[in-house]
Amino acid sequence: MTTGAKYTRQDFQTDQEVRWCPGCGDYTILASVQNFMAEMGVDKEKIVFVSGIGCASRFPYYMNTYGVHAIHGRAPAIASGIAVARPELSVWVVAGDGDAMSIGGNHLIHALRRNINLKILVFNNQIYGLTKGQYSPTSELGKRTKSSPSGSIDFPFNPVSLALGAEATFVARTIDMDRAHTTEILNRAYEHKGSAFVEIYQNCNVFNDKAFIALTGKEERDLNRIPLVHGEKVVFGPDRDRGVIIEGGTARIVSVADVGIDAIHVHDATAASAGPAYALSRLSHGPFGPTPIGVFRSVDRPVYEETLQQQIHDAQAKKGGGDLAALIASAGTWTVA
Amino acid sequence: MSEAPTIDNSETEQVHTVAIRFAGDSGDGMQLAGARFTDASAIFGNDLSTFANFPAEIRAPAGTLPGVSSFQVHIADRDILTPGDQPDVLVAMNPAALKANLMDLAPAGIIVINTDAFDERNLARAGYAVNPLEDGSLDAYRVLKVPMEDLTKRALEGSGVKGRDALRSKNFFAVGLMTWMFQRPLEPTLEWIASKFAREPEVKAANELAFRAGFNLGETTEMFRHTYRVQPARLPAGTYTNVTGNQALAWGIMAAGQAARLPIFYASYPITPASDILHELARHRNFGVRTFQAEDEIAAAGAALGASFAGHLGVTGTSGPGLALKSETISLALMTELPLLIIDVQRGGPSTGLPTKTEQADLLMAMYGRHGESPLPIVAVATPADAFEVVVEAARIALKYMTPVILLSDGYIGTSTEPWLLPDLATLPDISVPFTVAPNGPDATFIPYLRDAKTLARPWAVPGTPGLEHRLGGLEKDGAGNVSYTPENHERMTLLREGKIRGIAADIPDAVVDADDGADVLVIGWGSSYGAILAGVRRVRAQGKKVARIHLRHLNPFPPNLGAVIGGYRRVLVPELNRGQLSRMLRAEYLIDATSYPKVQGQPFKAAEIEAKLTEMIG
Ligand code: SF4
Repeated sequence: MTTGAKYTRQDFQTDQEVRWCPGCGDYTILASVQNFMAEMGVDKEKIVFVSGIGCASRFPYYMNTYGVHAIHGRAPAIASGIAVARPELSVWVVAGDGDAMSIGGNHLIHALRRNINLKILVFNNQIYGLTKGQYSPTSELGKRTKSSPSGSIDFPFNPVSLALGAEATFVARTIDMDRAHTTEILNRAYEHKGSAFVEIYQNCNVFNDKAFIALTGKEERDLNRIPLVHGEKVVFGPDRDRGVIIEGGTARIVSVADVGIDAIHVHDATAASAGPAYALSRLSHGPFGPTPIGVFRSVDRPVYEETLQQQIHDAQAKKGGGDLAALIASAGTWTVA
Repeated sequence: MSEAPTIDNSETEQVHTVAIRFAGDSGDGMQLAGARFTDASAIFGNDLSTFANFPAEIRAPAGTLPGVSSFQVHIADRDILTPGDQPDVLVAMNPAALKANLMDLAPAGIIVINTDAFDERNLARAGYAVNPLEDGSLDAYRVLKVPMEDLTKRALEGSGVKGRDALRSKNFFAVGLMTWMFQRPLEPTLEWIASKFAREPEVKAANELAFRAGFNLGETTEMFRHTYRVQPARLPAGTYTNVTGNQALAWGIMAAGQAARLPIFYASYPITPASDILHELARHRNFGVRTFQAEDEIAAAGAALGASFAGHLGVTGTSGPGLALKSETISLALMTELPLLIIDVQRGGPSTGLPTKTEQADLLMAMYGRHGESPLPIVAVATPADAFEVVVEAARIALKYMTPVILLSDGYIGTSTEPWLLPDLATLPDISVPFTVAPNGPDATFIPYLRDAKTLARPWAVPGTPGLEHRLGGLEKDGAGNVSYTPENHERMTLLREGKIRGIAADIPDAVVDADDGADVLVIGWGSSYGAILAGVRRVRAQGKKVARIHLRHLNPFPPNLGAVIGGYRRVLVPELNRGQLSRMLRAEYLIDATSYPKVQGQPFKAAEIEAKLTEMIG
């Protein structure tokens, strides 16, 4: 990250009145993103924000960059077109959990597997906010909402597991309230070449307040946050006396004293196999107890639009720039006098 | 051979036109056989028109009626418009092909039969209780029995290709025989084989041997006393190529990019019969064409729209079911007022319907198949070669008016061919629209919806342009582009979007009226019915009757003179391959009592059908 003072946060603010509910976690994320953009060092005219529909999707209106507030679920598809057409742009997708994983699930997984250079920020509040409080694809089983008065019977997605299964090359999780951590993850996502999937736990104080209290509450957070740091042993707790081991492909929380520090798993975000990252993602199926936070996976793979550019370049080197008249005549012609 | 042949001494009959149908099992290579014969005829200089008819299944059970695939080619020494109502010659590679096609054959037509396939098993599969070669049921035709499989195998003896592999070349045997019978040059087919199978010398040799054996059989066997000669057509001078509609469309998209000085971004999801456009464009990376095979139809439209936002010419192609899925994105394109080209190669519907057959039944979906008040321009392609020009016109409208445009083609146009006078690319219109690069509002601000006074188009500022950062979206906005929910504003904006599309009428040519003085009846057609309608009209005129004809390229808005022209006729006939969709639009727009002539059989109109209908109307 460059620290050039080209921009301040104000440069990324628009004249639009921000219309989220007071106290919504989206405000914090917006501030983190605007601050990060001021530091990122990319000219703001080269930045594009694309969103779908939902509370989170209002985001582009508040970012003084290029932006499209598009269609429910379709942001990754539209952003793919922008990034593939213009690889020099910095393209960011903002989506809620319903937007990204329910109506837009197909676009999300395909953007990830193609490794298009999109930074996909999923604001996961585990509820439908804009439509006033129905259960979402990340709501916990049994959740009582307007559309599930007897309790939700939909087994929820684990967004990190989903992204890993979709062959994402960069997968991370952060928390709205933790601005320093959010900024660090944004930077890691930005510096990654290819698609980056960032799950941001976001509090909806109107329809699903305190959903993340286990990770944000003063008493609970140190007990439950499992920080993932590349190259370091996965230990957590106020006294760093709990840790994670991976055995037979399954991760398990142990007491460090019981197994000995040598047995504790060393996190390698760049591991060729997604297996260990997947195992870590299975430690929690929702933010209700000990939950890993940080970069699960960050690996290099050819970037879709770069490979396409290369194909264009190679074809031009081999065949020349293309002569349409010659192409049309190439299928065989005859002349009438 | 629809006209009386004149027999000369050399036993070569001169005929003006002949329609030949190659029919066989879908594994028999009949599309390929037809295409080879067509190319040789094109190079020989005939005018021609083709029609491909194939099953939806890749491999329907062998030997059955649903598995029959056919290719009809109509060649002529003069200008022709359709693949021919009735084939004069039927090449039947098996009993099912005979059964499925016999009813179309012209009276006393020629049937060339691969007798080797007429065994008990194949006869039973085709549902023949008795062998039609033996029961006299074909007596009204001229039947030429050829054991093609046996002869192909024998021709390949010593080539190293044996057994079932040898049988694969039997389609070339059939092409060879037809090449002799219609006195086509051998070279085009031999050259094609040599280049196509350059890397498979055994296959190349086998196909060559089979092709020559077919030709030689004709030359040496008593049974084939007659050959037929169709002289080159007197087409306007120039250089021609033979083109399918999908190919012309793909090249037209590339030409539109050049005419607009924009890179092409074509996003699509595989769907019959539009996939060939994707295949063709994907081959041309060296032209800078970006193709994107999306995860679904919705994503294809979305990616194309994203590319347009980023300053490319975004194009998405599909067929009916895909157009339904894209409608949500098309509405966003309409609301954000971005250029987007949507190509619908129509097929028989609804639902999966008849995926390999043709229909024109998506017109009302193109017109009204979106949520909210969402008018957009619609253009239609009339013939395979016409696709090239129409797609450039569609792009012109999309860019000039900052709007999505739907282009309607169909399966018949997409897969059939006609000779095409090579276009002079230097005469392509300049359809480029400069990007906005400077602020247009007070205090160096950018107002994304500040409209051009004449076209009502908004400025196109693309990412990367400093100072013009702006946000577009699907929410209703006020005149400047800020989100607005006020009641009067929504009505104002709805009328504005509607007015912008209506205004395009002033920027498109008048409809060309092909009329006899004193005609009472006006035929209005659109899309692929062009050839059959014109051929039908010519036949009616040949009887001394008077008729007028319009073929519409612009379906929304209509050409500015259309209402006035219609007012000059007592009756209006609208033939179309649907249940009367254009007819409904004309009735609604001009309050006229148009007579609909609908057909929904998955097949194009025949000239004879149009002739009969017109004769009935004119009296
Ligand atoms: S409904 Fe929830 S997510 Fe939406 S703005 Fe209000 S607090 Fe935020």
